[in-house]
Amino acid sequence: MNQAENVIEVEGLTKVFNHSLTAVDHIDFSVKHGEIFGFLGPNGAGKTTTISMLITVLKPTSGTATILGGDIAKQSLDVRNAIGVVPQEYTADEDLTGYENILLCADLYGIPRSISKKRALDLLQLVELTAFKDKRVQTYSGGMRRRLELACGLINRPKVLFLDEPTLGLDVQTRAATWNYVKMLKKQFGMTLFLTTHYLEEADALCDRIAIIDHGKIVVIGTPSALKDSLGGDIITLSIQKDADITDIISEIEHVKEVKKENASYIIKSSNGELTAPLIIEALRKNGYVVTKLSLTKPTLNEVYLQYTGKSMRDAEESRENVFKQRAAVRRARQ
Amino acid sequence: MSQNKTAPADVEETQVSKNRFHGLWALTHRDLKKWYQNPVVFILGIIQPVLWLALLGKAMNIGAIFSSASMPPMPQQLVATLTAQQQQLLSGWLGGLQSQIMTSTFNTGDYFSFMAMGMVAFVTVFTTAFTGMSVVWDRRLGFMNKVLSTPVARSTIVVSKVISAAIRSVFQAAIVTVIAYLLGLQLGANFTVFSVLGVFAIVFLIGIGLSSMFTAITLRTTRMETPQAIFNLVTLPLMFASSAYFPTNLMPSWLKAIADVNPISYTLDAVRRLMIFSNGYSGLVTDFVYVGAFAAVVTAICIVLSWRFLNK
Repeated sequence: MNQAENVIEVEGLTKVFNHSLTAVDHIDFSVKHGEIFGFLGPNGAGKTTTISMLITVLKPTSGTATILGGDIAKQSLDVRNAIGVVPQEYTADEDLTGYENILLCADLYGIPRSISKKRALDLLQLVELTAFKDKRVQTYSGGMRRRLELACGLINRPKVLFLDEPTLGLDVQTRAATWNYVKMLKKQFGMTLFLTTHYLEEADALCDRIAIIDHGKIVVIGTPSALKDSLGGDIITLSIQKDADITDIISEIEHVKEVKKENASYIIKSSNGELTAPLIIEALRKNGYVVTKLSLTKPTLNEVYLQYTGKSMRDAEESRENVFKQRAAVRRARQ
Repeated sequence: MSQNKTAPADVEETQVSKNRFHGLWALTHRDLKKWYQNPVVFILGIIQPVLWLALLGKAMNIGAIFSSASMPPMPQQLVATLTAQQQQLLSGWLGGLQSQIMTSTFNTGDYFSFMAMGMVAFVTVFTTAFTGMSVVWDRRLGFMNKVLSTPVARSTIVVSKVISAAIRSVFQAAIVTVIAYLLGLQLGANFTVFSVLGVFAIVFLIGIGLSSMFTAITLRTTRMETPQAIFNLVTLPLMFASSAYFPTNLMPSWLKAIADVNPISYTLDAVRRLMIFSNGYSGLVTDFVYVGAFAAVVTAICIVLSWRFLNK
């Protein structure tokens, strides 16, 4: 395959639920061969709906997408054969052992046992679960389950691997370890990766390109550094003692590009924050205002996210953890 | 990029299975494994029919109603008018009446035997109803999502559920039959060794049909309450509007009309004909054709629905 060729091409992909709720609204994007493509967005933005359509589990209302040239609606069987999926939930069967789970996945891809047995053992070794391969999955920890899901998603040697929130609900250490596995596996198998995550710093470190989706539309797409640059520089956040409009005063100051009032604080964009901050304090003091708080941030993906979705990731994060807890409760209820 | 840097030891391409039904046995076996590897479920599944047989089967001792012990004594005026010989003939006739009534009603002199064979259908209904639950579980636990993203045919997913339920039903029916025999099942003149195979065959067919029905109902459901409610709603009429506990020809006409189209009645007619009746095999072909057609139609509906509805 041509290295520069697009592995995933999405055109006008739309999903409307019950004729009223538009979860994904005419999105277009493409993913290049060998790329790690990150999909970010708040809760209910349409990330999982998009992934579900791409992995052929959900039929699009309109629009098309091709994966490795195969249409997701018309050649869904070819697409399913070529991709690997690591879903958001833990999908392994709790009553079976890790090894049995991987073999079951292999059977679902029609891989003969003569091949799948060896491959399963190799994958278990890769994700360091060999010692636990004959233990039932119910005894696994969260990190072990994630690794098992990764191994299952790789059993058919996919050319494109979809990871939906692969580190959801894991502690910091396990999250880092999981990403290391992902990176290692990508290197070993030369796959294209499509992932969603809500840990922005991880997306920043890992992804070649990022798309931010909100209300079913892609609001911005680009490399992490291009996205950060697009914010137009550093961000100064400040509060003053009095409730007054100081927008005009600040706008006059050198390097300041934009002033926005949000609640009780001002968000100021500057192409050179270190220089602007003292100037602002000085100017405000001259006009009789007292600065109570001031912070200077170099743009991170968090700011990019805030800029394009109007929401901080933290708000979304909490409700996600709740969703995750509920899922865990369902799992426990079963035993 | 780094496509061919550190290729794994076995570099053969993934073979795409040409078999349209690949994964069928893997999924069926998964369901069966969850069943036989879980001793509690397995043993409870066996205990349940034992309890029903021992308690309900033996408690409803309908034969005793007609025994001479429960008959009122002959009126004194009547006895006075009869000679000793006439009295003897009359009590002889009355004594024989019991088995005659029983045989003309139930086709066997022993109600326990009639009812025990009804239990075969009972355990099948219960076993297959749980397939609906297992579809919902697979959905809730995410397993279904995973399977849906693999190249397994949608029909294979539902058919695996249906087959595993039918296999479990046959196993349960076998246990019921063995226990019933130990508790005093009276085999009829029709019984041969092949009868057992016939019973397994018809239970497999009705198991396919019923589990397809329950699976079809729960294809879109993600809530546990729905299949439970449906299960409660459906099982009672399914069992009582059939010949499971009582012959249909003594039912009121409206109930008989329902019971006469209920595939469970046909299943039980076949089971009883093979095991406990003594009046030949006529009607057996009708039973098998009817239950087979029911299974085929419902499974076909379930498969068609799975193409349409088995997604996220």
